[in-house]
Amino acid sequence: ALSSAALHAEMAEDELNINGDTPIVTKAPAAAHLEGHLDEVYSGWLFRTDDTRAMEQDDFDNPIMIYAEKGMDNWSVADGSEGKSCADCHGDISEGMKGVRATMPKLNAKGELWSMEDYINDCRTNRMGAEAWGWDSGAMHNMTVALSVQSRGMPVNVKIDGDAAPFWEKGKEIYYTRYGQLELSCASCHEENYGNYIRADHLSQGQIQGFPVYRLKNAGVVSIHNRFKGCIRDTRAETYSPGSPEFHALELYVASRGMGLDIEGGGVRP
Amino acid sequence: MNRHVAWAALAATFAASAAFAAETAPMDVKFTDAGEVTDSLTGQPGDPAKGAEVAATKSLGNCVACHVVSALDAAFQGNIGPELNGAADRWSEAQLRGIVVDAKHTFEGSVMPSMYKTGPFIRPGDGYTGKAATGDLAPILNAQQVEDVVAFLMTLKEE
Ligand code: HEC
Ligand code: HEC
Ligand code: HEC
Repeated sequence: ALSSAALHAEMAEDELNINGDTPIVTKAPAAAHLEGHLDEVYSGWLFRTDDTRAMEQDDFDNPIMIYAEKGMDNWSVADGSEGKSCADCHGDISEGMKGVRATMPKLNAKGELWSMEDYINDCRTNRMGAEAWGWDSGAMHNMTVALSVQSRGMPVNVKIDGDAAPFWEKGKEIYYTRYGQLELSCASCHEENYGNYIRADHLSQGQIQGFPVYRLKNAGVVSIHNRFKGCIRDTRAETYSPGSPEFHALELYVASRGMGLDIEGGGVRP
Repeated sequence: MNRHVAWAALAATFAASAAFAAETAPMDVKFTDAGEVTDSLTGQPGDPAKGAEVAATKSLGNCVACHVVSALDAAFQGNIGPELNGAADRWSEAQLRGIVVDAKHTFEGSVMPSMYKTGPFIRPGDGYTGKAATGDLAPILNAQQVEDVVAFLMTLKEE
């Protein structure tokens, strides 16, 4: 691993302030549980080029806002056998969903670890009598983006102790497992080598508080679990599926590595 | 079936397995305590030009994903590992062969993938499909490709 001075040289000296009125913390001292692993945590935004970073500074330039608007429109559209919309129960999205993204994933009343996608589908199927949305469907992307925007500038706030601890431990184990024929773990790339280049890719710490993100390469929204899937696949491994217990646990653990950083509410990545 | 074709096919099979028998299989490679592999894997000299191609090609060695090698004409060379310029000044052939076969014998816990290893792996995949491997995995490089890369590395001298 390089010295941290060398790593800093590979990162942008820049501040994220969306629309000039919503400052976002993109650098913070690492949480206590990362002692011996990381001293500071950084948003993936800092590792992007000037052009890509600029797109996230202003909602007019951020392509993800088109998806957010579609999600917000859908918020008040009734669906399913109960004829209800999200707004009927949760009120205005900016009030009802403020801060929700920052706490995800978290345990539901039955003690299962749920991501935002699970909570949304629970409301759709059990409260609205509507069809569940696919994890990576367009409707789900639009809604998760719309909800994430409501937590912009709020710090990651996941619970990792108590009943959540076994899930967190499992996620941590996955994070340090060297998968596939290339025998690489998340840590091989995002802890030992952030700031370095793997071919043309500038490695970040692989944080998730910017998610869902708009990826220029896909010209579309990418969910947290879908990003995990791609990274494990790139080790020439059999990956896990979005929505799997493994990715729920990994999401909690990776979210906790970003404690101190703020939710971006729709990042832009290459 | 046409008899001549059948005999020709049989002869070709023998020739292939004879060549194979002279090779050291991935499980049989012997490392010294310092991580060197002293014997050639094939007994055939490596071809540095072919080795250069293996090092620069994504579907083969993909060494440039992690290393700068100025002698190679490949865009966007990575810097996960040290530059390989002058590698032959720093390492012997046996050492370089050991690093390419399985760098973890030289550098404990290295992120450098083992190029001539068939397992065990955790959740081995079917290439980059994300699906489970359908059978035993072939090593990333075959024995002659390893020798070719080693021959190429031996040309990287600065002094
Ligand atoms: C019939 C009422 C109703 C409808 C319609 C409804 N919800 Fe819910 N929603 C709830 C209730 C009740 C909860 C659980 C609240 C709790 O336990 O704190 C909840 C929880 C949630 C949560 C988790 C919030 C948290 O902080 O834990 C999310 C996210 C959510 N709903 C999104 C949606 C979305 C998006 C829609 C529309 C697609 C929707 N809901 C429709 C009643 C509803
Ligand atoms: C072979 C190297 C490699 C491995 C192993 C790897 N990643 Fe990545 N990851 C990348 C690259 C390259 C990118 C894109 C550039 C960046 O943000 O680092 C990336 C991006 C990400 C991002 C998006 C960050 C952002 O801000 O957009 C997340 C999240 C992530 N990885 C998580 C993981 C997790 C979790 C694991 C383990 C399951 C993992 N990665 C394993 C190479 C890797
Ligand atoms: C995923 C990253 C990665 C790939 C791919 C990779 N290496 Fe490496 N390599 C490393 C790292 C990291 C080191 C430094 C040793 C360490 O600290 O683990 C290294 C060290 C070396 C060294 C010793 C360098 C020195 O002078 O100290 C040689 C030689 C080498 N690699 C050759 C190769 C060749 C040849 C290939 C392709 C066939 C290759 N590497 C592919 C990561 C990689």
